[in-house]
Amino acid sequence: MKYILNRLFFFVITLFFALTLNFVIPRLMPGDPAERLLMRFGPNIDDRAIEAMRIALGLDKEKDLFTQYVEYLKNTFTGNFGISYLHYPVPVKQVLASSLPWTLGLVGTSTIISFILGTLLGVYAGWRRDRKIGSGILIFSLCLRSIAYFWLAMLFLYVFGYRLGWFPLANAYSTKENLYGIKFVLSVIYHAVLPSMTLIVASLGNWILTMRNNMISVLAEDYIILAEAKGLDEGYIMLRYAARNAILPSITAFGISLGFVVSGALLTEIVYSYPGVGYQLYRAVLSQDFPLIQAIFFFVSLSVLLANLVMDFLYAFLDPRVRG
Amino acid sequence: MWKIGLGIILFFVLMAVFAPYLSKYSPNRTVSLPYQPPSREHWLGTDRLGRDIMSQVIHGSRLSLIIGISTGLLMTLIATGIGMMAGYFGGLLDRILSILMDIFLVIPGIPLMIVISSYVRVRGPLVVILVIALTSWGSGARVIRSQVLSLKNREFVMASRVVGESNLRIIFFEILPNMLSLVASIFFNSVLYAIIGEASLSFLGLSDVSKITWGTMLYWAQNANALLNGMWYWVFAPGLCIVLLGTSFALLSFSIDEITNPRLKAR
Repeated sequence: MKYILNRLFFFVITLFFALTLNFVIPRLMPGDPAERLLMRFGPNIDDRAIEAMRIALGLDKEKDLFTQYVEYLKNTFTGNFGISYLHYPVPVKQVLASSLPWTLGLVGTSTIISFILGTLLGVYAGWRRDRKIGSGILIFSLCLRSIAYFWLAMLFLYVFGYRLGWFPLANAYSTKENLYGIKFVLSVIYHAVLPSMTLIVASLGNWILTMRNNMISVLAEDYIILAEAKGLDEGYIMLRYAARNAILPSITAFGISLGFVVSGALLTEIVYSYPGVGYQLYRAVLSQDFPLIQAIFFFVSLSVLLANLVMDFLYAFLDPRVRG
Repeated sequence: MWKIGLGIILFFVLMAVFAPYLSKYSPNRTVSLPYQPPSREHWLGTDRLGRDIMSQVIHGSRLSLIIGISTGLLMTLIATGIGMMAGYFGGLLDRILSILMDIFLVIPGIPLMIVISSYVRVRGPLVVILVIALTSWGSGARVIRSQVLSLKNREFVMASRVVGESNLRIIFFEILPNMLSLVASIFFNSVLYAIIGEASLSFLGLSDVSKITWGTMLYWAQNANALLNGMWYWVFAPGLCIVLLGTSFALLSFSIDEITNPRLKAR
């Protein structure tokens, strides 16, 4: 119980920190965001226009910082994120509602596949660490860790999309025709293959390395030696004795590594013009759509934190020691 | 394995130092027609302004290395400082710093960097260095903290405390020298992270894209739709350099862990 309360407390604190960052960063930076936004429309701006924009951004100087902060929190919790400049006059909320599911689906599926695949490879690499195959997997995963997600995305897009023509070059579903039902689902899956393949391959290295190192420390335990002395089947020892215990630290590392995957996914979406939050974020950055940028940061953080919380609970369920 | 890593790093350092002698052309000068395919004069063709891409790859190593290494240094400095303070002094300070570490650990890095960089008016290498280092020190600090926790109750630290050494002296002359290998490993990992971080920010156009790094080269390649025009080498070459340099730092970090952590060593 204490553990769970502890994790909940951390979740709330971190969420507030992310929210506060969102509030503080625009106010810390030199210059006036309202003025800067309007600069794009020409050099001569009406003072009243700047004042109006400031109020729209919640930056009006009349109110003190604390009132601004309280208002900001209230707005966030009531789902009022303002109006997107980029998609004017669509509210930010609506932009997010149409883009967040794509990212969550893509990242969720890819992470689960990658985690399982990487963990299995890591188990094997740890088990066979003295053999060529073990070092082979190790070097392969060190290389994978150094690959920038968006670069891999570009290569895949070129080879499988452009050269071989196996997969579509952009979008999350066919935009050429109206599809319904199962055909639409198939189209979505078909369009998601390349982006998720990128995420799976690019994040594989981390899972392999974590699991391999866990395996190696578990393999030094006495009960493994005992199992070997008993003459148990090798595969049985590897999976039932070693891997089962080695996977626990991997689960705690899961939440942290998820942050990397999400970061990578945002950039991958840009390459594939995939209509998730990453692509929206990119366009928001190009057009300095601050309300949208902030809302995306908030929701991305929220998703990662929630996933972390779920993993913490799962961990408590799997390992009775932490429940204590 | 560390020899391979060191070899690759040395290769890129030499490339950076002797860039003007190694490249045929100035990376910023128009030397041919735009978008030329690879030829004997231009091994990797030319970009949208008719500049030699091969020369840009060679010159790009300079800023990419400088940004990677200085970000790594700064990040390690912050991580070590905060980690040591939290671990050594304990108590309320430790609790606050630990929560701060964990927060920076779980908040996804790239989105945070994007938010910050999009508000900063100035674009340039210094901003990139600061943004990456200030947002990504969490994991390093956590590792240092737990190491200090285990070191501070060892006899030699106890002994110097009994003798009446000052806290600062104990931290820097007793504890720090005993975890230099850990600091080095964190540094190499930080450089790896910084190299990819720089490339990502540049790719989004959030750095000074008029400066030549491997990241900004990818930005221009993407902007010119290089892939759909069949100019895959324009994307491939700088990205491959990033992977090679990153892997070499990963190899160094891994080798240090292997040497200092006997549990990871081969049986």
